[in-house]
Amino acid sequence: MRRVVVTGLGLVTPLGGDVETSWANILAGKSGAGPITKFDASDQKCRIACEVKPADHEYGFDANKRVDHKVQRQVDPFIVFGIDAAGQAIEDAGLLDMSEEEKVMAGCSIGSGIGGLPGIESESLVLDRKGPGRVSPHFVHGRLINLISGQVSIKYGLKGPNHAVVTACSTGAHSIGDAARMIKDGDADVMLAGGAESTICPIGIAGFAQARALSTAFNDEPTKASRPYDQARDGFVMGEGAGVVVLEEYEHAKARGAKIYCEVIGYGLSGDAYHVTAPHPEGDGAFRSMAMALRKAGVEPKDIDYINAHGTSTPLGDELELGAVRRLFGDAIDSVSMSSTKSAIGHLLGGAGAVESIFCILALRDQIVPPTLNLDNPSESCQGVDLVPHKAKKREVRAVLNNSFGFGGTNASLVMRKLD
Amino acid sequence: MSDTADRVKKIVVEHLGVEADKVTEDASFIDDLGADSLDIVELVMAFEEEFGVEIPDDAAEKISTVSDAIKYIEENKG
Repeated sequence: MRRVVVTGLGLVTPLGGDVETSWANILAGKSGAGPITKFDASDQKCRIACEVKPADHEYGFDANKRVDHKVQRQVDPFIVFGIDAAGQAIEDAGLLDMSEEEKVMAGCSIGSGIGGLPGIESESLVLDRKGPGRVSPHFVHGRLINLISGQVSIKYGLKGPNHAVVTACSTGAHSIGDAARMIKDGDADVMLAGGAESTICPIGIAGFAQARALSTAFNDEPTKASRPYDQARDGFVMGEGAGVVVLEEYEHAKARGAKIYCEVIGYGLSGDAYHVTAPHPEGDGAFRSMAMALRKAGVEPKDIDYINAHGTSTPLGDELELGAVRRLFGDAIDSVSMSSTKSAIGHLLGGAGAVESIFCILALRDQIVPPTLNLDNPSESCQGVDLVPHKAKKREVRAVLNNSFGFGGTNASLVMRKLD
Repeated sequence: MSDTADRVKKIVVEHLGVEADKVTEDASFIDDLGADSLDIVELVMAFEEEFGVEIPDDAAEKISTVSDAIKYIEENKG
């Protein structure tokens, strides 16, 4: 059976333009939240977000490192973030010089939940104000979700499967899971897999706020707003960025002496079949997604040391997910640590599952689990579980579980473990 | 250098992300400056905005160098 390992990582987050900066800031308990600076949000119910910081910021992102000036002008920011994160990952994996033969067996599975919303918004205004003759000729391909995979394949010559998942906030996790299966099936030996999002724009914030999904009670204290499991939580904080991993067939990685972070051993997927935005009241879909991932991985709950939760800081979702974990884990709940890094970087929507999988991989690498910020007073049903409040915690991490759940009732779970 | 030429070159530098000294008057957008056909559509739109001229599709198709653009604008601007 072909096994799949992770050999490269790339991140663009509100806490850093690369993997190590983002991770160091996560472990230090920093928050990427602040007032929205991308547009005048004074008339919005939610006026805060976790924005990717500009290049001159202490932990900013410099688009000029890996993305051509012309491309930056033509495409939405989610594509720029995705290209850069993919570039970081392929550099980290040492795969910049693949042979033609290898490139045919190397592909991309980098998706997004929403795609180019800021560009759709701004070009719609151009259409309305100036007419169709002023709409950019790059409008369509600068907004399409599969254009991260498209741009990355062109830039690095990757001629294998070219795929892009769209499953709202489960996108990043499904992207990695689907790509791992392509490698298992022999469609590819190497896959760049992940997700990206950038929808901090007037219609994006207004849309999620109108759906009552965003936090609106902490506009004056942005770093306190994302507080999964805490009694005062009132919605998620929108984040942006990208996460991309290099997945590689184990023998291929071993033969070239690659640095191997971990093995992807389990992937579960399910549908709630319940409601477009509300999670199933018993966390049924979440439970089945996790159970499938563990079954495929061939591990028991007691083998999992860390769960990176979906945990968005919404009143309903956090407790339902935790309830499903309790049911699945039974007594093993006592030995697992579970945290939500959305407390630090907000909710990256289609990027979340990939970015959070990378935090899981780094937890395996460094034997430390990242904290849940702002967890001052856990809700009653969240007590008695190690939710890693406030501070990162050193502990043994043998295997990890990452959960992502999305609008439409779509669920994905991934299990990864250190290689023996 | 004329004012029109300066403004045309500025737009080309901004849109194509090329060095200013590469944007000579005989430079071809596609062969020398790395543009594709859609980049030219976008450049023509930018010229129309900047100079308040209409550049119909059949005229736009004949604009392949920087000097073609300058010449068309000089002859047609109001």
